[in-house]
Amino acid sequence: MAAARPKTDLFPYLLLVPALVVTLIIVAWPLVETVRLSFTDASLKPETNYVGFENYEKMFSRRFPEVIARTFYWMAISVAIKMVLGTFGAVLLNASVPGRTLFRVLVMPPWVVPIAIGVFIWGWMYNGQFGMISGLAQRLHLIAEPFEFLAYRNSAFMATIITDVWIGTPMVTIYLLAAMQGVPVDLHEAAWVDGANRFYRFRRITLPLIMPAIATMALLSAIWTFNSFDIIWILTEGGPRGSTTTMIIDTYKTAISRFKYGEGAARAVMIVIFLSLFSGFYFLMTSRIAKRGTIK
Amino acid sequence: MINKYRWWEYVLIYSGILLFLSFVLAPFVEAFVVSLRPLDALFSIPYRFVTDEMSFRAYIDMWSNVPLLWLYMFNSFFIASSVTVLALVAIIPAAYAFARFEFRFKNGLLAAFLAINMVSGAVLIIPLFKVMQQLGLLNTYFAMIAPGTAFVIPTGIWLLRSYLMKIPRELEEAAWVDGAGRLYTLRRVILPIALPGIMVVAIATFIAAYAQQFLFALTFNSTNELNPLPVGLFQFFGRQEVVWNELMAASLVGILPVLIIYVFLQRYIVAGLTAGAVKE
Repeated sequence: MAAARPKTDLFPYLLLVPALVVTLIIVAWPLVETVRLSFTDASLKPETNYVGFENYEKMFSRRFPEVIARTFYWMAISVAIKMVLGTFGAVLLNASVPGRTLFRVLVMPPWVVPIAIGVFIWGWMYNGQFGMISGLAQRLHLIAEPFEFLAYRNSAFMATIITDVWIGTPMVTIYLLAAMQGVPVDLHEAAWVDGANRFYRFRRITLPLIMPAIATMALLSAIWTFNSFDIIWILTEGGPRGSTTTMIIDTYKTAISRFKYGEGAARAVMIVIFLSLFSGFYFLMTSRIAKRGTIK
Repeated sequence: MINKYRWWEYVLIYSGILLFLSFVLAPFVEAFVVSLRPLDALFSIPYRFVTDEMSFRAYIDMWSNVPLLWLYMFNSFFIASSVTVLALVAIIPAAYAFARFEFRFKNGLLAAFLAINMVSGAVLIIPLFKVMQQLGLLNTYFAMIAPGTAFVIPTGIWLLRSYLMKIPRELEEAAWVDGAGRLYTLRRVILPIALPGIMVVAIATFIAAYAQQFLFALTFNSTNELNPLPVGLFQFFGRQEVVWNELMAASLVGILPVLIIYVFLQRYIVAGLTAGAVKE
């Protein structure tokens, strides 16, 4: 059938036009434009000049290296907790016990509801005077006095991470659950016949087979966490005293709150560089996994 | 049998699930409890989970204290629906192209689309903000709809493509033999069969569009009448004296539509949401 058609068939390209137009205008062009702007002193002033690498020099002479380190620190802790909790949750939801269909439905809400609204609720819970967490901790005599979680550097840092974990864990759980269900039952049955216990079977059959899924999810989760904006912006706007200012927050503050488009763009370019490293790694990994033959 | 558990294993599994679900659901429960309590009871010390005077007052008062609440909810729905419709116009033909045709740069283009999932709107916000400013598009629905559309297209293409690949080729070939044009075939043969798949994509897109309304609205819009729910409520969140019970009530009412959709269609939504992470 395909041979009957001329070789340079334009039809598939025509089908792609709407999607290409939207993504070129909204994603590709801004990406290029961000790079260009990063070499200018663009701001609210009408005229713009090229300033070479000045924005980058300025950025690195200030506290930006610290922001990069903090972003990675924030991301690493958050992703680590998400992966552990997600694997734990997937194992539990994979157990064939009565009610599991319901449990699976109940896991997803944090991910389905608008992020901002979930974060409002956490904002209340972190409230020192009246919030649930401070209140419960006092009840349990973990702390003596009301504690304002978002007012101190370390606790605000951890609080934003916990909210991020809350939003990200359902996705990890459901994804790993799907991977676990893809593990052939006969493998388990064969091992069971041979007398392998449940823990042994998990360690020697399930875990190795879902390892590609775990790795993929960890990397994707890292990318999403790296891009995370809503949570920190709503809870702390990067404070107190910069303790939750990640690269995204810093970019937004510089460019949108202070109208320093050029300096903001330089920060955005740094983010894109890191993201392309992650993405490159992701494609490398998935193609390697694909070659080895993977579970569905 | 292999799946039989001993009693202590049941205890272990159920307590694990209980612990896990408590973490996931506690905020919603807390939000509901807070919405039921009068403000002065909320600010009682020491903290109490339940108080005597619980009522649905906040659900009535919020409409007068947050006068634009209806509008925020309408805007959220309007923006998410528009994003969904626009995205489908781009997704359906593109997914069909990737599912059915061989062409140069096919894999490269597909990878490029998927790479969009790697960047967030916040990275691209500076040029978008500048161009919207120059074109006078700030404070319009368009400014909130268009950027959101681009970010839901990749996952939609991916999801619908795998659905379309399962439709047997013979159907189209039969149509071609009968002399049907290719666009006609897409419209009259493929679309009807793919309708369930398109519905899944539409629902997943809607939920994603409903969830991502914060950043673009916060940045591109300062007209309160146009704000979607998250940004509309965010103004109240930022205030010195937050009316917490009403904020929680309004938040819960705002998430109710998606939760209802989710409960009824959760299988499809989970398939749609996880598709972004799935590979061949």
